[in-house]
Amino acid sequence: MTTLIIIVAAIFTNNILLASFLGMCSFLACSAKIETALGLGAAVIFVMTCTTAINYGIYYGVLVENAPLLKTDLTYLQFIIFIAVIAAFVQFVEMFVERFSPALYHALGIFLPLITVNCAILGASLFMIIRRYSLAQSVGFGFGGGVGWALAITLMAGLRQKMGYSHIPKPFQGVAIIMIITGVMAMAFMGFAGMVSIQ
Amino acid sequence: MSNSAPPAIGGACGQGLCGGKCKEILREGVWGNNPISIQILGVCSALAVTNKLENSIVMGVALIFVCAMSNLLVSLLRNATPRRIRMIAEVAIIATFVIVFDLFLKAFYFEMSKSLGPYVGLIITNCIVMGRAEAYALRNPPMMAVVDGVANGLGYAAVLVIIGFFRELIGSGKLLDIVVLSDNWYIPNQMMILAPGAFLALGFLIALANYIKPRQEEETK
Repeated sequence: MTTLIIIVAAIFTNNILLASFLGMCSFLACSAKIETALGLGAAVIFVMTCTTAINYGIYYGVLVENAPLLKTDLTYLQFIIFIAVIAAFVQFVEMFVERFSPALYHALGIFLPLITVNCAILGASLFMIIRRYSLAQSVGFGFGGGVGWALAITLMAGLRQKMGYSHIPKPFQGVAIIMIITGVMAMAFMGFAGMVSIQ
Repeated sequence: MSNSAPPAIGGACGQGLCGGKCKEILREGVWGNNPISIQILGVCSALAVTNKLENSIVMGVALIFVCAMSNLLVSLLRNATPRRIRMIAEVAIIATFVIVFDLFLKAFYFEMSKSLGPYVGLIITNCIVMGRAEAYALRNPPMMAVVDGVANGLGYAAVLVIIGFFRELIGSGKLLDIVVLSDNWYIPNQMMILAPGAFLALGFLIALANYIKPRQEEETK
């Protein structure tokens, strides 16, 4: 399976939001405006690509049995290590961006801390382990997953801006109608299903 | 459910172990302030594992366990934790209990552990657990925190079981792998097992909760 197939599959057929349901919380909370959605999407693409690479290195370099650095099997610690890596990385990126590009910091600033608790980021790392990807495939999956998530949230933001003009029955207002629209979007994305597939 | 004033959670609760507040906390967690249908927290796993009723039940149990235990520990350590690093401390505590549950599943129910995939690990980033630790356990004594954890876990489990029930029933005509709707006359609607069905089921459930809740509040007035 080549890396390119994984990237395309992660964006369309196995979209991390519409097929694996990851990152729903921030998807619901931050999809009201297209600009916000794009900003958060860009931050997710960046963080997801980098953390899958770092977590790959740590998992296969330290945690697995007979790893180059530590001979003991520490794979049961993967959850705690992964989440610590993600939190630390996000903190680091935040400081770095603040120091070197204040403009970008103001554009992304509020979204960066949110990303730590975005389950799509942790999910990408866990999928990478479960599906036994190589390093290139993992980074491709992280990148593709991020792009897929950004695509879904941007599409949703566009739809929600139009939705302001429609009459929605009272009980459905708010999250309920967003869920149902997401369901319809997921159906549309299932149309890609025959194209490529992973697992 | 319609015979009392709105319960004030997090107020004076020093009396006794729970001081008769247990019932209110439980009611609030399961219905009044249900984590999924009212607060819209922890939606990811609610969508992902509900394609079968069995998975929903196991995931509900997992969340009750993790939420109660992490609330207990966070509450016990609440006076010893410096404010600045409390988030990291909470995440570490939650991750510990998630690892315990994950290893338990792997040891005794390996098939289940495989079919839940990464979603057990993703309890760490489930906003319900973190939210309760941050909003409740940090300020309340251990017993109350455990009850609150169980209550919110139950609320989550209840929603999961409802969604799981309908998705498995409509999607495959089975319940807990036992054929209920025979395929002689019922054609399973595969869409309910796949991703779109999850979104639709949760969307309608939230709408239903929105529909019932204001009516009930009017009755109590």
